[in-house]
Amino acid sequence: MIRNTLVMALREIRRNTLRSFLTMLGIVIGVGAVIALVTIGKGATARVTADIGKLGDKLLIVSPGGMRRSSGFSAAQGFTREDAAAIKNEVTGIERVAPTVNRSALVVWGNRNWSSSVTGSTSEYLDVRAYTLESGRRLTEAEVSAGQPLCLLGASVKKELFGGSDPLGATIRVEKVSCEVVGVLAAKGQSGMGQDQDDIVLMPLRTVQRRLAGSNDISSIYVSAQSKSSTARVKNQLESLMRQRRRITPGAEDNFMVRDMQEIAEAMTSATGTLTALLGAIAAVSLLVGGIGIMNIMLVNVTERTREIGIRLAIGALAREVLLQFLVEAVVLSTFGGVIGITLGLLGSYAATRSLAVPFVIVPNILFVAFGFSALIGILFGYLPAHKAARLNPIEALRHE
Amino acid sequence: MNDTAKAPHAQAIVRFDGVYKIYGEGDTEVRALDGVNLRIDPGEFVAIMGSSGSGKSTCMNIIGCLDAPTRGGYFFRGVDVGALEPNQRALLRRHYIGFVFQGYNLLARTTALENVELPLVYRRVPAKERHQRAREALAAVGLSDRANHTPAELSGGQQQRVAIARALVCDPSLLLADEPTGNLDSAKKMEIMELLVRLNEERGITIAMVTHEPDMSGYVSRVMMFKDGRMVDDGAPADVAYAGPISQRPLSGRPSSPGSAR
Repeated sequence: MIRNTLVMALREIRRNTLRSFLTMLGIVIGVGAVIALVTIGKGATARVTADIGKLGDKLLIVSPGGMRRSSGFSAAQGFTREDAAAIKNEVTGIERVAPTVNRSALVVWGNRNWSSSVTGSTSEYLDVRAYTLESGRRLTEAEVSAGQPLCLLGASVKKELFGGSDPLGATIRVEKVSCEVVGVLAAKGQSGMGQDQDDIVLMPLRTVQRRLAGSNDISSIYVSAQSKSSTARVKNQLESLMRQRRRITPGAEDNFMVRDMQEIAEAMTSATGTLTALLGAIAAVSLLVGGIGIMNIMLVNVTERTREIGIRLAIGALAREVLLQFLVEAVVLSTFGGVIGITLGLLGSYAATRSLAVPFVIVPNILFVAFGFSALIGILFGYLPAHKAARLNPIEALRHE
Repeated sequence: MNDTAKAPHAQAIVRFDGVYKIYGEGDTEVRALDGVNLRIDPGEFVAIMGSSGSGKSTCMNIIGCLDAPTRGGYFFRGVDVGALEPNQRALLRRHYIGFVFQGYNLLARTTALENVELPLVYRRVPAKERHQRAREALAAVGLSDRANHTPAELSGGQQQRVAIARALVCDPSLLLADEPTGNLDSAKKMEIMELLVRLNEERGITIAMVTHEPDMSGYVSRVMMFKDGRMVDDGAPADVAYAGPISQRPLSGRPSSPGSAR
């Protein structure tokens, strides 16, 4: 009986190509949309999390200005080399200190130019910001303290100025300063805030101070803690040290700021959590819409199929034989549709994640949930009307319009 | 299955012993069948006639084991159908009864051959034998060359012949035809009636046909006339035809509907 019914169900599916196609389409779209949505969402979330990691989650940034008094940063005096030295000597639990000064400057090579962000710092800047070298070498201690006209290029700057050719040894101009390219940084991509971290020209701190900025100010000090867990302690020490060095009376507002990347990372993570929840909600809606689509096509089948049930019953089919056939049809269509939906959903989200440059993360749970829900709706609404029709007197089923 | 020797109608295919079919209760009670006694013997070709509402369709549903009587005894080949479960009635239909309907009721988008095979599928006949028997049945109704056509590609008369082939393919003890010519023009009506007569005479298939068209009574061996849930006449077509109102007589080739006499 099972084999016979299976053959009959498959024959019925093949025979009604359009109806079968539409039924499957509902399931394909329901399953595919949900899977694509959730997979892309997961990829974006993973990307943001990874970006925060790249930013350096042990990083603290000391910068002048306060945030509390008014909106935005108030102008305040910069730091000095002594501040940086004091941090290195007096604060415990830190790994590296990189005093930096930042300017935007026009960078020229041959007949090409590019406006980039020039950072003057020590060699340790690479470590605190988690940059790695693609080619060339780091700046030496001696070169940094001597203020040599040397630079390292970020991947974006290299691409803009040199295209495919090798910049090592070339002499570029940064504003009016000629300097030699000694290294190229490996690409890091965008930061969590959307900045291009590869649009950077790194030079010795003193070179930038003297020859570009014309002042000995330090605009911010990057500090990396020894471990993630010690960042809060380091932050407290940095704050009290800076208050003391900048002679801020007790009770007065800070005129500097210590930002903790750990805090920022947490804020970002909670933001992506919201994003994930939102995507989940959209996914739930598309699943529901897909479910209603499946339901509709199944119910629309009822009239024609009620007559079919009447015919089958009249020529001697048992109600349970007819029902088994309908159940098999619904299961086969739902399963096929579900498998196609999963395939298309994964393919679509793979293409989307590739073009958005986010990682492709398969979420197994959503495969099961989307498939299970759609299949359940498909089977339920394929079966229930048949169940109702099979209980009719065959004559009534035949008269059904 | 065999009745005791005392039973006087042991040979009958269909026997009604005071069959009632009552819908509703109390004031709204409708007696669709009001104590009907009848019998159909093997090899007969009977017409069940009457206007709409006369109870002839209810009668056919009960004969066809599609419905059970409210009261009274219905014996199909000696089996008391009233005592059977719906599934057991379905098995009786599967093994002994072939149906032909006014609206053909073939499966859409399904070839004539597959339609004819359908009853054999439920009888679990192996595929090879199924094909062969279905082809034979199609040949018997003269549609060998249309085996792979779907209903949409066939004329009404051809569809009805496929339906008859489907009813025949199981060698039923009883072929029940419900207004088999109702949707056809007069040339096709004759064609179908002649086919039924031939099947009855050549193969000895017992046929019961419900119709409201008096013209059709000319093809059958016996007519049962129904009125208001009772059988008011039963006999040779010539005798019964004149028992009805004058308007029902087959005077010319054009039948008039008995329903319009009301």
